[in-house]
Amino acid sequence: MFEILQYDFMQNAFVAAVLVSIACGIVGTYVVTKRIVFISGGISHTAFGGIGLGYLLGLSPILVAIPFSLFAAIGIGVISRKTVVSEDTAIGILWTVGMALGIIFINLSPGYAPDLFSYLFGNILTVPNSDLVVMLVLDFVIIATVVIFYREFYALCFDEEFATVAGMPTRLLYMLMLCLVALSVVVLIRVVGIILVIALLTIPVAVSRMYVTGFRSLMLLSVVTGTVMTITGLCLSYFFDLASGATIVVVLGIAFGLSSVLKRSRAV
Amino acid sequence: MESKTETGLQNEAVVKMSKVTLSYTNEPVLEDITLSVAPNELLAVIGPNGSGKTTILKALLGLLKPVSGSIEVLGRPPKEGRRDVGYLPQKRRFDPAFPINVFDAVLMGRYRGLLKAYRAEDRQSAEAALERVGMYEQRNSQVGTLSGGQAQRVFLARAIVKEPALLLLDEPTASVDPEMQKSFYELLAELKQRMAILLVTHDVGAISVHVDTVACVNRTLFYHGSPEGIDNLDELYSCPVDIISHGVPHRVFSEHGTDFSKGDKPECCTHGSSEEGRK
Repeated sequence: MFEILQYDFMQNAFVAAVLVSIACGIVGTYVVTKRIVFISGGISHTAFGGIGLGYLLGLSPILVAIPFSLFAAIGIGVISRKTVVSEDTAIGILWTVGMALGIIFINLSPGYAPDLFSYLFGNILTVPNSDLVVMLVLDFVIIATVVIFYREFYALCFDEEFATVAGMPTRLLYMLMLCLVALSVVVLIRVVGIILVIALLTIPVAVSRMYVTGFRSLMLLSVVTGTVMTITGLCLSYFFDLASGATIVVVLGIAFGLSSVLKRSRAV
Repeated sequence: MESKTETGLQNEAVVKMSKVTLSYTNEPVLEDITLSVAPNELLAVIGPNGSGKTTILKALLGLLKPVSGSIEVLGRPPKEGRRDVGYLPQKRRFDPAFPINVFDAVLMGRYRGLLKAYRAEDRQSAEAALERVGMYEQRNSQVGTLSGGQAQRVFLARAIVKEPALLLLDEPTASVDPEMQKSFYELLAELKQRMAILLVTHDVGAISVHVDTVACVNRTLFYHGSPEGIDNLDELYSCPVDIISHGVPHRVFSEHGTDFSKGDKPECCTHGSSEEGRK
């Protein structure tokens, strides 16, 4: 069982699983309670444009994805507050244009982009050390931001109008929250890929929500459940030689299904 | 909690609206509204559904900029004045599954600014506000598990927890049963000693003896004065205020629509059916 830890790539994968779960548990709590799951999906798919641009420029795709997804987050935040187009339409536009740009950038890049598939569906087994450093820094930024703005984000998720009246700069805070989503998306891309990002942002929180009632405890439990499920999925993918990102998401899905059933049978 | 709010505006109007026109799009929702609220005054703004009552509150809170006219709240523009304004919204759009307990929801009303943590005195104020609305026992309950009336009291506690100089209430008795309404108005009478109150309602039954002034609104302001002076205006403006002078003066009117049997029903008298029918 523990011999899998001998491999460097597995050690990296375990570290990545923990780093990802920290970002997901914290930011996912906001995504779920503020109900911005679809927005988060938009940001993650737009980030694909950043990946493509990274290839085209010959830079680290993950580093280029950071400004790109931040730009997407701010773009969605700005557009959604205008009445010209509705928020979901704006998301739909950014979502598809971002992905299309990614494909075109990759088409324009010289040579073959070998691990494109891993950015779409993730591959936790190929996370290099440099990406771990990026993930660690992003986790730190996310935690610091949440510690500083905890009261504001809490009020913003619960009752945005009241938060505004209470004197909070809600527009800016909302943008900042979307930027946190963007950063966690970048952390996640390596592990589950752009398409499966939403699973890690929502499922650990959805499961944890069945067991705790406090906001802080929801964040903490989401980090724990996220870590356990990601590592479970990682091990299963190793032993059964399955795609890691997809296996992790399926494990998350099963965990959610089981918790729901358990919860219901106990309630009856 | 017990200290009296010193605003330094004892004789100055707490709210001053002068020839205000408000709109969300190009169509004005309200035109030419001139109103004022004195300190320790309880003003009831009444009008049918869709008459723009909530819009007035949004303007006073600085959430909606007037197209024309001027608004002063506590002698300042609404966006600055709202620091000392308590607000009880009508629609609470929060998710019932949102993980927050009663105490934390009320504590949010003590928010003082970025990087400013809640202090011990903020927590004491939150507890005192919960005691005042009779929800202290439920302080650890999840907000989503409360009944409509209980949630209403919690949000009232959140509105008064910072001892505002002005309290804005939007349909405060909509989800409160008749028995609670009475104690609710008694609470308002008590709060009135320390703050001005502006409440908005389509439910004429909600107008109690504690109301000092009434403003009738339907697209524009039809009447602004004492509750007794409205009698001859109601037919003219289809403002549903006859109940005040025809009803029993020393109780809170609680039954919906009991006194609307005579004559044409103004459009607002279909109140209750639209909201309660949906449940």
